[in-house]
Amino acid sequence: MTTATVNPELLLTTNQMASFAARGFLRFDNLVPDDLNQRVMDAFDAGPVARPPAGLPLSEVYAPGSPLDDLMHLPEIQGIVQSLVGPDPQFDHHAVHIRQPNEGRAQGLHGDAIIDTRMHFDVQLMYFPHDTPLEMGGTLLLPGSQFRRINESDIARYQNFVGQIPMVCEAGTVLALHHGIWHCGRRNQTDRVRYMFKIRLNPRVRQHRLWNTDDLDNQMRADPVTNLEARNRMEENIYAILSRPEPWYEFPVGRLEIVNRIKFWRFLTGSNTFDLSYWLTRLENEPENLASAA
Amino acid sequence: MILYLSNSALDSDVRGWTIYDGTGQTYPTTGDSDTPPYPTGLAAMQDGWRVIQMPQLIPPDKDLEYTTSFFKFEYVFEKMVEVEP
Repeated sequence: MTTATVNPELLLTTNQMASFAARGFLRFDNLVPDDLNQRVMDAFDAGPVARPPAGLPLSEVYAPGSPLDDLMHLPEIQGIVQSLVGPDPQFDHHAVHIRQPNEGRAQGLHGDAIIDTRMHFDVQLMYFPHDTPLEMGGTLLLPGSQFRRINESDIARYQNFVGQIPMVCEAGTVLALHHGIWHCGRRNQTDRVRYMFKIRLNPRVRQHRLWNTDDLDNQMRADPVTNLEARNRMEENIYAILSRPEPWYEFPVGRLEIVNRIKFWRFLTGSNTFDLSYWLTRLENEPENLASAA
Repeated sequence: MILYLSNSALDSDVRGWTIYDGTGQTYPTTGDSDTPPYPTGLAAMQDGWRVIQMPQLIPPDKDLEYTTSFFKFEYVFEKMVEVEP
């Protein structure tokens, strides 16, 4: 990957970024061309993939012309990466995840690494190089779980939730995940090995307006107190996206998840007044001035 | 069976669920179902499941009032069945 910035047309849109803030992931179907999928599969079939050390700039990790270098050089991948963690981010680790045929059990639900309370975030790309039907046990995601503070497999006894997403996709599909999202490998009930390639990247710049922000200021102009009008517009917009609860949210805790999104969006945009439905504005009203006598 | 409900009321909606089958006849696992086994905790009781644990209502710790984490409304159920030796 080069350190040059990519064409703004390839960066994420404001609405895509709002969806990432709300749900903790973005999905890109059929992003990687078939010939590259096959080259990557051939490399995986040939044996273990080397694990470079953490901390390198991504541009120094893969040999030029290798399948994984070509993958990370795809303009669309560069646009996603730059939008989330900036140009030429820091390599954390990668892994080829393998689910063996006819497994009896799924992996337990978990968050990667350890409990992580940062507002700054890492991104994990998950790349599915071959078709992944439901019975093949693609990764299970719990959308909107990225802000819940848990430590790795604390949550392994949670089996199913309303609105969970089992990845069913065609070859070349890529997910971009917030590091905190809850996920696991599902049970592979086919007689074929399932592959998924994951790479984790750390930001080297402040994650502030890194996406294509051409329409951001216009969208943010809506008065946060009266944004019901904005939310109810016909076209999709940040207020609608950021206010939409996940079906698994417990009712009272779901309101706190909206507050988590407001704080995250403030972090991403630099706004200290952005709000949805008056949640933080109400709490921030702590007047100190004394009322004058009538 | 563990049901994760929408709030502390036993008759509120099921949001998540986990089943361990002590008979060994089935092996439920992560991500194996998209449909809750019951619409509410009460519906499970009405089908013969006994509630053996209800979640306590504990005030949030100071400075953690807005932090989200584990599921608060976790109800544990059991059902006794006869198994052929």
